[in-house]
Parts: sequence; structure tokens; C-alpha cells
Amino acid sequence: MVELTIDGTKIRTVEGTTVLEAAGEMGIVIPTLCYYPGLSPYGACRVCMVEVVKNNRSSLEASCTLPVEQGQVILTNSERVRKARKLIVELLLASCPNSKTLQDMASNMGINKIRFKIKDRGCILCGLCVRYCKEQMQSGGIGFIGRGTSRKVSTAFDVTPEECRNCGGCEWICPVCERACTAGNLIDGLCGGCQNLAPVETCPICTGCSESVGMQGHKVY
Amino acid sequence: MRLGSALESEQLRDRIISQRNSDRTCIITSVGTCGLARGAADVARAIYQTISDFNLKDSVDVRTTGCHGFCEIEPVVLIYPEGILYQHVTPADIPEIISESVIKKNVVERLLYHDFSTGKNIIHEQDIPFYNKQNRLILGNNRFIAPNNIDDYIALGGYSALVKALFEMTPQQVLDEVKESNLRGRGGGGFPTGVKWESCRNAPARDGIRYVICNADEGDPGAYMDRSLVEGNPHSIIEGMIIGAYAIDSHEGYVYIRHEYPLAAQNLAIALEQAREYGFLGEDILGSGFRFDIKITKGGGAFVCGESTALMASLEGRIGEPRFKHIHSTERGLYGRPSNLNNVETWANVPIIINRGAGWYRQIGTDGSKGTKIFSLVGKINNTGLVEVPMGISIREMIYDIGGGIPGGREFKAVQTGGPSGGCIPKSLVDISVDFDRLAKVGSMMGSGGMIVMDEGTCMVDVAKYFISFLTEESCGKCIPCREGLDRMLDILTDITEGRGKEEDVELLEELGDVMQETSLCGLGSTAANPVLSTIRYFRDEYDAHIKEKRCPAGVCKELITFTIDGEKCNGCRVCARECPQGAISGEKKEVHHIDQEKCIKCGLCRDNCKFDAVTVS
Repeated sequence: MVELTIDGTKIRTVEGTTVLEAAGEMGIVIPTLCYYPGLSPYGACRVCMVEVVKNNRSSLEASCTLPVEQGQVILTNSERVRKARKLIVELLLASCPNSKTLQDMASNMGINKIRFKIKDRGCILCGLCVRYCKEQMQSGGIGFIGRGTSRKVSTAFDVTPEECRNCGGCEWICPVCERACTAGNLIDGLCGGCQNLAPVETCPICTGCSESVGMQGHKVY
Repeated sequence: MRLGSALESEQLRDRIISQRNSDRTCIITSVGTCGLARGAADVARAIYQTISDFNLKDSVDVRTTGCHGFCEIEPVVLIYPEGILYQHVTPADIPEIISESVIKKNVVERLLYHDFSTGKNIIHEQDIPFYNKQNRLILGNNRFIAPNNIDDYIALGGYSALVKALFEMTPQQVLDEVKESNLRGRGGGGFPTGVKWESCRNAPARDGIRYVICNADEGDPGAYMDRSLVEGNPHSIIEGMIIGAYAIDSHEGYVYIRHEYPLAAQNLAIALEQAREYGFLGEDILGSGFRFDIKITKGGGAFVCGESTALMASLEGRIGEPRFKHIHSTERGLYGRPSNLNNVETWANVPIIINRGAGWYRQIGTDGSKGTKIFSLVGKINNTGLVEVPMGISIREMIYDIGGGIPGGREFKAVQTGGPSGGCIPKSLVDISVDFDRLAKVGSMMGSGGMIVMDEGTCMVDVAKYFISFLTEESCGKCIPCREGLDRMLDILTDITEGRGKEEDVELLEELGDVMQETSLCGLGSTAANPVLSTIRYFRDEYDAHIKEKRCPAGVCKELITFTIDGEKCNGCRVCARECPQGAISGEKKEVHHIDQEKCIKCGLCRDNCKFDAVTVS
């Protein structure tokens, strides 16, 4: 067993767990995109960054890949963490505005402006589909091709591979395909309707997410 | 012939040396990649031809070696034992050199190195300022070694460090020696080599397999010191790796070399074969019972594969992507086994440390950085080439004393160190000493040793844009801050250089840069913002001029400049009009010319060709 401190509270947990899992055990929610229980941690989206304090110095680490250590001191919601997360989500929204997952996240973080040009790539390259296909379906029909900004998820030679069993898992797990933000017009790439907590009668912007509208209704941006 | 003991290897060395006569004339020419580009292959061919024409085959040796370092004056011909250096040699010069210098022992004056600062010709290599300010521990041997002849290396004392390590030292003692020498990794990070070796040695290996790897995936724009070392002196790296493997208890090694370095890979392959023949590699090395061998793997051309974990993924045949750092590759690296990765130059330092001792090695350099470092001094500098200097030398000494200053009497502006992930150091900091810690303090880094000198005609925003566009293409694309951050950074910089910059852009660049540094997955991403951050730090006024005044002070950014002809200086010679590819320049002979701004593509040819400085940029 390892004892560590997360946000000022001590927790004992089994060696080999990640900080993200340990925080989850305590009920602390760390936002994630490329993490999914049951899939191997990938550490690409960098949204789950936490601050690790060590000998009067601190650094940011991705909690999904960071193993717990004896005496570790973790801050999951410090100023520094929030600043980094916000900018990363802003970058993501600028390259993939039509994702409800991302719009919700942005709304929760209080992002109300995207300062970058909108270039809709339709994919955040979180790799969930690739890992799902390989690790859960034992298929490996899809993978990454290309490098840098031309990187994309694809099948080999752009043809449907024999390995594909049409399970649909890749679509199901995708934070963009399955949970698309269907708001008609995004204002500067932002919607943020569904996660709104302030009661408003009607929502003139968001039209697509009525299913998830709870008691509290919509907020107009 | 396989050598079975330390004694046999010493006997071999004695035999090689006794067969060689140091008074015998030896003509040396460098045919590294840089020499080849300047026509050294023809020069070498001409030397062989002329030697046989003059019937000198029995009295003169010819040696074709790797790069000696002074690339500016290639092709170079050296005449030993006198040590005469001839520069810019063409095949047509060879008969004269041989009849004058080899037969009559005279000097061919017109081919000597000309020192512009003193206005004198210099005969001997060691008197040239470029060379005599250096401390060429590692590169210095290049000129005495034909890379395809192991005997040359052995004659210079090669593999004696290996003999010493295998027969006089325990692995622990080797490790302690390297640790004590304070050798730090030359690949960029500057991690203490001995500490790395120790953690690899102490890491539990399930099946007893540990790997040593040499990182020869040098990819920084303008940096080529590793290439020259592998091309010119491959055995020093092989020897270093065997010694390292002995200390770490590894029996398999890999050299990961760029596909773009065919000559280096070829010379290394020949060297490995020759080392195997002599029994320096393979089973039971020199009868010591220690076994070790090295394989070569070629990289596919991805810059990110110079990153340790991406390199290992690529070695395994997977996509070259970095993985998270919490498990060190010294514990679980290549194929999940403890792996020790060092840079080419680091490995080449090892035999020197073992031979001369850590105490001697520690005398060179500064408190935190020991030994020498090879830099590739390129850009707007008179003496382009590879420079090996003790750590702690000032940038001023490197640029003015060794580099010979800036060409064309222009003003020095900044120097970019550490490759694309490094930073720009401005003129005001030209006196700082070059070592790992000092460079990091001023916002740059040692990197692998690239040093790009820039003069007053360089726009710093444009420089930052160049490096960011390089990195945008070379980012693996796995993590978001690096992939998206670099892309957006490039967008903003492009906007600034094209006159669409906004006031808040600089703050956004800084914020983005900070977050990229803090959150990126690997070293590429976390250092990628350095060119932008360091230019903002030292050249904020240039960013402001671009954004607020829509003006490029250096006259580089095409969208922000206009070429005009100064009516007072123009004498109507029509040269510019002839050179203009767009036909944008009009005007009769002997009358003042005029540039049609609609047609002008701002290529600058008119300015470059005007003999009267009549074309002005504003």
C-alpha cells in the first residue's frame, strides 16, 4: 500500500494504481479525454494534468499515466493546472468544435472565448477507437497514419480491413462521432448549452442536446 | 585475424606502427559528406592518378579521411609530415601540389589558407586560428584515420582503452571512472552518463538482457557533428560502446542512424566488420570471456525518433512515438529490457576517459560541464565548420576568434543554439560561457551542438517562424499541446509576418508556449516553444514593429516590405531590370528606374544585383 496526499487529503491505495484512479476513488473528478477504463492509458490529450509537488518545486504530469508513489503530493485543481487545462481544451475546440464532450468540458471550465482560428478536423486523435479496436476487440483494424498535423486515424490503405467486424465500437467510444454537438450555429466555435446550470426558459442556440437537458435548463452564451 | 588476448592486440599495434614510417610523405584529403559536396571525390581520384603518373606509389602514402572540421575551405589537402594545408583544391591543382610540395618540398602559395584578419597566408594547419583555438580531443584524430582502415585507428592507440577496461578494470571501476569524470550526455539533455549507466546496470533484467544503444539520429537543421564523427572515426564510437556494454553488463548493442546519412552508415558497417575480424566484437572479446556485438538500424527520417523512447519504438519496428516518462528506459526500454541510450559524441568520449583517467578529463571544462563539446558553427559566419572547444568558452570567442566573425562586415545579431528546440541568444549576451547550465539559464540549451549565427539582416520573427514550421512538420502528433500548439503558433507567427498580427498575439504566444513547455509528453514538445519564447524575450521590439507598425525592421518579411529605387543613386544601368523575373522594373537606359509594386514579388534580386546600392527596402 502507498500513502499519498491528493488536494490535501491523505489516501492509501494499492501500488500500481495511477493518480487518476486514486483521485477517482476519493471522488475527485479529473477531466479526461483519451482515458477510458479498461483501455491502456495513452497520455496524449493532456487534459488530466495534475500538479505534483516535490521538494518545494512542482511540475505538471498527466495523471492517467502517473503511478502513485509513497508520500506523493498532488494538486488536481490548482491555478496552474486550471490554466494549462483551459488552454488545451481551447486548442482542442479550435480543431474540433463539434464535439459535445469538448463543448461540455469547455463550459465547465469557464472557457468563453476561442482565441485560435477554427479549423475543423473532426477528430481529436485521442486514440480511444484505435485502442478499443486493438485491446477490446483484439482486431487492430484501425491505426494512426501520418505525422504531426497530417496524422489521422485510418485503416491500412484506406480499405476496410479483414480484421474489421463492423462492431461499431470505434464510433461508440468516439467523443466526437457519438457525442457530436448538434447545435446549429456555434458562436466563435463555442456552444456550451448542455452543461449550463443557470435556469433559462429557452435556448436559442443549442438545439441538439435536448436529451441531456436536466431540471436546470440551458444557459445562453 | 582474430586477436585472442590483450598481448596480441598490443603486438598488433606495435607491428602496425613499426611498418609505418612517420617521415614518409602522406597526402591526406578529407572526403566526408561536406568534402564530397565540394568535389573532394574528384580531388582524391586526381591524387591517386597523379601519384601513379609520377611513379610515387612506393614513397608516398595517400589517405582519404572523414571531415576535419573546417568545412568552409573544403576540399582540403594536407601534406604530412610537414603539416601543410591547402584549401579549395581542385583536381587541376594536384599535379602542382605533388611536384612542388611532395617532390621539391616547396609550398604552393596560392592554395594556402589566407587569414583575412592579418592579411597573411598560413602554411601549417596548426597555425590557422580556426584550429589553434580549439581543443580537438575527439575530432582531432579524424585527419589521421581512413575510416575504412581499422589499422589507422589502432596505430593512434585505438582499442587500448578497451584493453585497459577489460583486463585491468572491473565493470564497477569502469562505471565509477565515467561517473567521476562527470561526463554529461552530449545529445542535448546533459544527463550524467555515469548515473545513467549505473541505473541501467542496477535495473533488474528478467532474462539477463540489457541493451546499449547509440543515438545517431541527428536531425537538427544546421547540425552535423555526429555525422562527421561516425563518418570519420567510427571506431571511437564502437570502442566506447563496448566499454559501456562491459560496465553495464550488456551483450547487444544497436546504432540507430539516420537514413539520410548513407556514408556514415556505410563507414560504420565497414568498421564493425573490421572490428569483428580482429575480435574486438563478437564472442569472447580478446579472450576476456566478455561477448558483445552491435547492429545498425536505419531510421526512416523522423526527427522525433531522436527522442529516446520514440527511438526505441522505432528500433522495435513500431511507429516512432514517445511514451510517457514515468518508467525510465534504463529500467524498461527496448523490448521491455533495461536499455542505455547515449549520443554518438558521448560514446566517443568514453575511450578518452578510460585511457587518460577521470581526473585528467575533469580538468577540462567548467564546474558543471566537463570535457569538450563539438559545435557546428554555421549561418552568417566566415569560418563555417565543426568546432570542438572546452566547455565554458564564451560565445564571443567562438564567433570572432574561431569563426572569424561575420561576413561582409555586417553586424552580429544573435546566435541560435541547441537546434530547433533551442533558443536565440542576443548580442548583449555574447560573453556568456557555453555550458549546459548557463545556456539553460538564458532560455536556450546546449542541445546536440548546433550553433546558427545570424547577422543584422535576419528577422527574428521569421527565424522563430522557420523553426516552428520545422517542428510542426516533425511533431509526431500524439499529444495535443505539441501537435495543435505548434500548428496554432505557426498560424499566429505567419499572421504576424504577413501583417495581420494583433496586439494580443504576443501574450497569446507566451501563454501557449508556457503551457506547451509544461504539458507536452516528450522533450520535443516541451522545448518546442523555445525559439518563440526566447525571441520574444530578447527581441520583443521586432514583434512589436511587425504587429503595431506593420514593418519588418530587418527587411525580410515579404508582405511588410517594399522595394524602391533611390533616384539619386540609380544611374540607369538596366541590370536590375534584366534580373527581375517579373519584368516589374521599367526605365530607359541612363534614366532612373522604377519598380511596379503590383508586379513585384519581393524576391530581392534587384537589390542583390545593384552595384550602386540604389535599391532600398522599407
